Amino acid sequence: MFVLFSLNSTNFIAETIHEERSKYRDITVTEVGDRRCLLFNVHRGDRNQTCMVLNDRDKLVFDYTRMSFAGLLLQPEPESILIIGLGGGSIPMTFSDLFPTATIDVIEIDDAVVKVAEEYFYFNETQNMTVYVDDGRPFIKRAGIRGEKYDYIVLDAFSGDYIPEHMLTREFLEEVKMIMTEESVLVANTFSTSRLYDHESVTYQRAFEEFYNFKLPTSGNRIIIARLGLLPPRDQLVAESRLLGPELEKYGITLTDYPRRLTTRADWDMSRRELTDQYSPGNLLRGN
Amino acid sequence: MTIEMLGARILSPYFGGSLSVWGSIITIFMLALALGYLIGGTLSTRNPNGITYSMFFIGAAVFSLPVILFADFVMEPIFLAIEDPRYGSLFASIFLFFIPTSILGMISPYSVRLMVETEEHSGHMAGLLYFISTLGSAAGTLGTSFYFVLWFEVNQILWGAVLSLVLAGCVVLLSQYLQKTNAIGRRGAYAKK
Repeated sequence: MFVLFSLNSTNFIAETIHEERSKYRDITVTEVGDRRCLLFNVHRGDRNQTCMVLNDRDKLVFDYTRMSFAGLLLQPEPESILIIGLGGGSIPMTFSDLFPTATIDVIEIDDAVVKVAEEYFYFNETQNMTVYVDDGRPFIKRAGIRGEKYDYIVLDAFSGDYIPEHMLTREFLEEVKMIMTEESVLVANTFSTSRLYDHESVTYQRAFEEFYNFKLPTSGNRIIIARLGLLPPRDQLVAESRLLGPELEKYGITLTDYPRRLTTRADWDMSRRELTDQYSPGNLLRGN
Repeated sequence: MTIEMLGARILSPYFGGSLSVWGSIITIFMLALALGYLIGGTLSTRNPNGITYSMFFIGAAVFSLPVILFADFVMEPIFLAIEDPRYGSLFASIFLFFIPTSILGMISPYSVRLMVETEEHSGHMAGLLYFISTLGSAAGTLGTSFYFVLWFEVNQILWGAVLSLVLAGCVVLLSQYLQKTNAIGRRGAYAKK
C-alpha cells in the first residue's frame, strides 16, 4: 500500500502558475519541469494550446506548429505574413525570427490571450509585427477591399474546443483568395478526424481545386496547403526543403521530411456537402 | 427565437463571431420586443379584433423577408461605414431584425386581450399565454441550434419561419370567418410566437 502510494505521487504534476479570465474562455498557464503550456478551458479537459520549453525557447513543441511552416516549400521568402490566431505566439515569433524584415500581422479575437502570450510566453510585438484584436473574417474582408495582399497566410483559429463556423465556409475562402497573389501560400490548420474532415476538404477543393494535404502519423492535425495557381512539382519541393532545412532545424522543424508527406490524393468522402455561409454546422459535425 | 439564433450566423460573415455580436443581437431583440409589447398593449384597447390580430403574424412575416432577400445589401454598407464590429453588428441588427421582432412582440399582449373574457380569468390566461409563448421560444431555440442548421440552409429555415407565421395568420383569419358565419362562435385566439 505504501509502495503504491509513493509510486503514484510522481513529480510530473503540472503546476498552475497563472489563470486568466477572458470573455471567451478560461486561460490557464501551467508548468511541468521546464515546459510551460497555455491551456484553454482546463476544466473541460482540453488539450494544450501551446507549449514552450523554457530553456530552449526556439524549439517548437507541437507537430502542428512545426507543420505550419511547410508552406515555406512553396513560398520560401515571404515579405508579408498574416496569422489568424495567436495562441502562445510561437508561430509568429518563429516567423519574426526567420524573416525579421517581413511585415507580420497577427489577428487574435481575445485580448486576454494577447496579454498571457506577452506575460508568460515572451511574445512581443516588434516594429514589423503587429497584433490586432479582431475577428479574422472581418479583418480579411476589409484587407481584401483595400486591395492588400499577403505572401503567407496561416489560419490557426481552429484549435481548442470550438470552431468559428464562419471561417470554414466557401465564401470565407473566396475572401482569403482576394488577399493572395499567384505567389502566396495559404496554410490552414484543421482537424483530421470527424465528419468535418470530409466537409472541410470538399470546401477547400471547390475553392482551390487542388491543395496539398499534410498529415503526420504523430499528429491529430491536418494541414492544408493551398495557392492560387498550380501546385509546384514535387522535385521543386524537395530542392527547396534542402535549401531551407538547415535553417529551420533549431526550431525542431524537420523540413526535409515534409515533401514526401504532402499529397494531393483525396482521402475524403467527396460526396459530402460543401460548407457555405448558408450551411455551416461545423460544431455539430465534430461530434460524429 | 429561431430568427434570433440565426441572427449571429447571418451577421458573422461581416462582423465576426465575437461576443459583442451576440450582445448586439440580443439587445436589439429585447428592445424590439419591449416596444412591441407596449404598442400591442395599446392597440388592444382600441376595438380588439381577429383581423388586426392576424395582421401581426402576416406583417411579421412580410418584414422578415428583407432578412432573407436583402441581408447582404443591408450589411455591406454598414460594414464599410463602421469599422468597429460592435457598433456595426448593432446597426445591422437594428435594420434587419427590429421591425419584425417588434411586430412579433405585439402578439402577446393582444392575445391576452382577446382571450380574457372575465377579470378573474385574466391572470390565468396571461399565465397560459406566457407558458405557450415561452415554450415555443424554447422549442425554436433548441430546434434551430441542434437540428435545423444541420439539415437546412439558413435561408430555408427563415422561409420556414415566414411560412409558419403566414399560416398562423391564416388560421386566425379562418377562425374569424367561421365565427362570423356561426354568429355565436367564441372568440378563438391562436397564440404562437
